[in-house]
Amino acid sequence: MASLASEDGRAQRPSDHEGFLVHKRFRWLKVALALSIVAGIGYAFADVSPRPNGGTWYGYALGTLGVLLIVWLSLLGIRKRAMTEGRWSLKAWTSAHVYLGLSLVVIGTLHTGFQLGWNVHTLAWALMILVIVSGIYGVVVYATLPEKLSTNRGDMSKKEMIEALGAIDRQLESAAQPLPREESDLVIAALEQDAFRAGVLARLTGRYPGCRTERARAAFAADRDRDEHEERVFGLLQRRCAQLGQIRRQMRLRALLDIWLYVHVPATVALLGALTAHVISVFYYW
Amino acid sequence: MAGTEAGIVDVAIVGSGPAGLSAAAHAAAKGMSHILLEKTDHLSDTIFKYQKGKHVMATPAHLVLRADLDFDAGKREAILETWDRQIAEHKVEVMLDADVTAIEGEAGNFTLTLKRGATVKARAVVLAIGTQGNPNLLRLPGADLPHVQYQLDDPTEYIDEHITVIGSGDAGIENALGLAADPAQGNVVTILNRGADFARAKGANVKLLMEAESEGRIFVRRETSPAEVKPGELVLETRDGQESIRCDRIIARTGSKPPRAFVEAAGVGFTSEEREAFPALSPSFESTKPGIYVIGALAGYPLIKHCMNQGYDVIEFLAGNTQLKPADEPILEEKFAPLPGNRSVDEWLALFGRTVVILQELSVLQLRELMIDSRAHFYRKGEVIFERNAPGSSMFAIAQGSVLVEVNPADPSVTVPIGEGSIFGEVGLISGRRRGATIRAAEDTVALEFSRTAALKLIATTPGAARAVNRISIERQLLQMFGSGLTPEDLAEITDAAVVEDKRAGEVVIKEGDDDKDVFVIRRGSMIVEKDIGGHPVFLSYLPAGSYFGEMAVIDGSKRTATVKAAIKSQVVRFPGEAFVKLLDRKPKLREKALADMAGRREVNAFIESRKDSFGDAADYYSQTAKFLVDQGIGEATDVLLIDETLCVGCDNCEKACADSHDGLSRLDREAGKTYAHLHVPTSCRHCEHPHCMADCPPNAIKRGPDGEVFIDETCIGCGNCQRNCPYGVIRMDARPPKKPGLLSWLMFGIGPGPGEASYSWRKKKAEASGREAPKVAIKCDMCSGIEGGPACVRACPTGAAIRVGPERFLAVSQSERGA
Repeated sequence: MASLASEDGRAQRPSDHEGFLVHKRFRWLKVALALSIVAGIGYAFADVSPRPNGGTWYGYALGTLGVLLIVWLSLLGIRKRAMTEGRWSLKAWTSAHVYLGLSLVVIGTLHTGFQLGWNVHTLAWALMILVIVSGIYGVVVYATLPEKLSTNRGDMSKKEMIEALGAIDRQLESAAQPLPREESDLVIAALEQDAFRAGVLARLTGRYPGCRTERARAAFAADRDRDEHEERVFGLLQRRCAQLGQIRRQMRLRALLDIWLYVHVPATVALLGALTAHVISVFYYW
Repeated sequence: MAGTEAGIVDVAIVGSGPAGLSAAAHAAAKGMSHILLEKTDHLSDTIFKYQKGKHVMATPAHLVLRADLDFDAGKREAILETWDRQIAEHKVEVMLDADVTAIEGEAGNFTLTLKRGATVKARAVVLAIGTQGNPNLLRLPGADLPHVQYQLDDPTEYIDEHITVIGSGDAGIENALGLAADPAQGNVVTILNRGADFARAKGANVKLLMEAESEGRIFVRRETSPAEVKPGELVLETRDGQESIRCDRIIARTGSKPPRAFVEAAGVGFTSEEREAFPALSPSFESTKPGIYVIGALAGYPLIKHCMNQGYDVIEFLAGNTQLKPADEPILEEKFAPLPGNRSVDEWLALFGRTVVILQELSVLQLRELMIDSRAHFYRKGEVIFERNAPGSSMFAIAQGSVLVEVNPADPSVTVPIGEGSIFGEVGLISGRRRGATIRAAEDTVALEFSRTAALKLIATTPGAARAVNRISIERQLLQMFGSGLTPEDLAEITDAAVVEDKRAGEVVIKEGDDDKDVFVIRRGSMIVEKDIGGHPVFLSYLPAGSYFGEMAVIDGSKRTATVKAAIKSQVVRFPGEAFVKLLDRKPKLREKALADMAGRREVNAFIESRKDSFGDAADYYSQTAKFLVDQGIGEATDVLLIDETLCVGCDNCEKACADSHDGLSRLDREAGKTYAHLHVPTSCRHCEHPHCMADCPPNAIKRGPDGEVFIDETCIGCGNCQRNCPYGVIRMDARPPKKPGLLSWLMFGIGPGPGEASYSWRKKKAEASGREAPKVAIKCDMCSGIEGGPACVRACPTGAAIRVGPERFLAVSQSERGA
C-alpha cells in the first residue's frame, strides 16, 4: 500500500492541492523579486548621463524588458482559451503572470527615471499601473472569496438553486389561493417580480431594497393573528427570502470575483495601444 | 393450414423481436409451416417501446447480416416499418396478443398454452422472448378486476378519476406525477409505498413527488400496502389497521419478473444458479429439452444483428442443414490468421476446448461466442506479454506453449513458470488493479486473451471455469502477497480452507474488540479501517485490493484492535488464522515480513490512541474528510477529479477545456457533486476499479485503456445502459456537435460560440444546417488519453484548484502500512 501523509504524523488536508500563489514553492515570486532587485541595483549603479531616463542605454534595456513582459502577460488571455496539447499548466502561467506583473511596477517605473508628465509616455505608465492595481484587487479576491463562495453554495449548483426557487414559487402560488385579495396581491407582486433584475450596485452590495418578497414577508410578519393559510404562506415567503438570499449572495460573490476584469482587460488593450504610440513616437523623434 | 390454433406446425416461434422475426421470416421463406407468437398487439415490442425517433445502431460493423429481413442503422420508425412490411410480404403467420404461459409436451408434439386460453401445437419451439420479462402481477383478492392495469401509456386519457398507483420505484412515481400533472383533469391520485421512504427511485423523481405531496396534488401513503381490490374501492393495510379508499383505477408498477422461471418450467436447463446465467445450449441452439431452441438476448446475444443471424441459423438447423457455418466464421478466421500451423477455425476451437482448463466445459457455440470477444496471440520465445504495473483487466489462457512470471521486480531472472492449459492475468480481472508482474513467453506460445466482459461472463456461466479461476487466483494472490520463496504446496492448506465472501458496502468484516481469529485478503474492492475513540469511529486507513488484514489478533492472540469494513461492494478471501500461524512457523522469512507489517500497523494505532484527548481537532477533521471521500465513491476510484474550493473561482475553464479537447462536449460538471470542508468532488468519471458502466454494454464498447482510463469507443450504440448504471451520473447521452470556428476568429470578429461547449441551440441550429444526422451516443471522461500533457481540466485550471489523483494518494494518516 502506498501511504503518504505528513512526515511528523500531523493531520493535514488529505489532498495535494497547491494554489497559484504558492506554485512550486513561490518560484515566480523569487524570479520576480530577483528581477526587481537586479533592476534596482542596476538603476543605482548604471553610469548614465545626463540623468537616468528612458532614453539612456539602461532606460532602453528596462523599456525593452518591460514591453516584452507586457506583451507576454497579455497573452494569458489567449493561453487560457486555446486548449492546445502539451505539457503546459495554466496555473503556472497565472503564477508567473501575477508575480512578473507585479515586478513591472519596479521595472516600468525605473524605466521612466521618475520623469512623469502630461504626455503619451506617462499615459502608458499610468495605464500600466491601473492594470496592475486592478490585478492586485483580482489576486486579493481570488485568495479570499472562493471559500465564501463554497460555503454559501454548500452542495447546491446554480441550477439547483434556481430549481429550488421554482419549487417554492409553485407551492406559494397554490398556497396563496385561499387568501383574501390584498394578501394574495402581495404574493402575486412578489412572484411577478424578476427578483434578480437590479443594477450593478445591488449586485455588488447584495442589497435589494425593492424586493417585493421581503416586503410581503414583512407584511405577513406584522400580522400577529395569522390563520392556517396565512401561516403557510408566511412560512413559504420566509423560505423564498432565504433562497433568494443565497442566490443573491452567490451572484454578489461572483460579481466581486469578476468585476475587476472589466477594468483589467480593457485597460490592458488600452495599454497595448498607448505602448505602441509611446514606442513609435520615441523612435520617430529619436 | 399452418398457424390455425387446431393444427400442428413444424415450428412455433415465441417472441417477435429481431431474433423471432428473422426466424419466422426464414421459416416462411423455406416453406416450413410455422407460427410467430407475440404477446403484445404489435411486433418487436422492445424496439417499439424505444423513444420516438431514436437512432438504432447496427453493431458489430464487421458482422455480416444473414437474414431474410433487412436491417441497417437508422431511425426506430424506419426499422419497424421495414420489418412490418417485409413480414407481410413474406407471408409470415403471425399471431398477436398471444402470450404463452406454458409449454408442455415432447419434441415432435409440443403444446403451447396461451393466456387467453387457446393452445398452439408445434413439433419444435424456438424461444426468442428476450430478457425483459413480464410485469409482476398483484397477488391479492380482486386483483383480476378490470380496473387493475400494469401499464400507463397516456396519462392524459383519464379524467375525474380516483387513481391509485402501487409501487415506489421510478415507474410508479413517474406515472403518478403524470396523472396529477394537469389539475384540469381532476384526478385524485394516490401512491402507495410499503416502506417509509422512496429508496429505489431516482432523487429527482422523489423530489418532484414530495413537492406534489406538499402542494396536495398527490396523496402519498407510506407504510401502506393494498389488501383487497373491490369495484370502486381499495382496502389498504396501514400501520394503524385497515382502511378503505375510493378507487376507480389501479396502476400497479411493482417491477417485472425475469423470464427464467417460465423458461425453466418448459424444461430448459440453465448453466448455473447465478442470476446472470443463460440457458445451456448445443451448437445448434438446442436447449437441454430436445425440440426447444433458444436464441437472441435470452441466449446471451443482446445485439440486433446477432439475433437476426441466429433466427436464420436456427431455422437452417431445424431444416436439417448441419453443415451451416455460423455467420461469425469470417471474424474468427481473421482472428486466428496470425496463429502458426495453418489450422482451420474448427481445428483451433477444438484445440482450445481440449487444452485450456477453463474452456473444457464449454459447448462449441459458447466457445465461438467467447472467441468473438477475445483475441488469439502468438508470442515468440522471450517476448513480453505484459509488463508489471501495466493497466489491464483481461485474462489470458495458454493454448500452446508456456510462460514465465518475473516474480521479483528487482531481478528479472527469478521466474515462476505457468504451463500449457493454465491461465494468467486473472488478478487484474478480479481486482481491477494493475498487473502484478511481468510475463514473458518461455517458448513459442499461443495465448488467448479474454476481454474483461467475456471472462466475467465465462466465469458466471460455467461453474467449472469459475472453480478453476477461483482456486488459481487465490493461490496466486497469496503467493504474490507473501512472496518470500513460497511454493503452491506451502499454501495448500490455506488455499483448501479459503472461502471467497462477498461484502456489501459498509458491511463490517472485523469488529473491534471481537475474539475471532480469521485472516482476510481483499480480492476486489477496498476496506476502511476504523477505531473507536471516545465513542465515535475514527478513520485509520484505507486498504486497497491485494492487502491482507486480521493477522494481528492471530499472531499475538489479542482481541481485534480495530474495525474493518467494506468501503464499497467487495470480495474477501477468508482463511483460518491457525493455518496462517502454521505457515509462519514453517517460514521464518515470511514471519519477519508479517511482523514488520504488524509493527507499522501498531504504530498507527498507538498514534491515534495517544491523540484521543485532543480529538475534535485536526485528526478528527482528517478522519471526517477521508470518510466523506469514501462516501463519494473514492474507494472504488482509480483516478478522480478533486476541486479545492478555497482555490476555485468558478470560472468553469475546466469544463471549457474539456469540451474543447473532446468534440465540443464537456464531460464534467464542476458545480454538481458533493462538498465537505471545501473539498469538492465534481460530477466527473472516477475510472472505477470495477466500472459499473461496463456491466451491461451490448456492443462491449466500454474498455479500460493503456493508462487505466475507462473509455467508450466508437462502437457505442447509444442505448444508454451505461448512463443508467453509473451511480455517479458522469455519463451523458448527446450527439457530437458540428465543428466550431477557430479561437482567433472568435477573439477578433466574434464568429462562433467561443471557447467551451456551445449552447444547445447553437449546436442544434448548426447540425440542422449541415443536414447530417448525428446519433446520440454515450460520452464520458477518457482522462484525455492520447492528448499530450494529460487531463485538460487540470492543465486549464488557472488557480490550481483542480487536481486528479488516485485514492491511495490521500486516504492515509501516516507513512507506515496499517491495518487491524
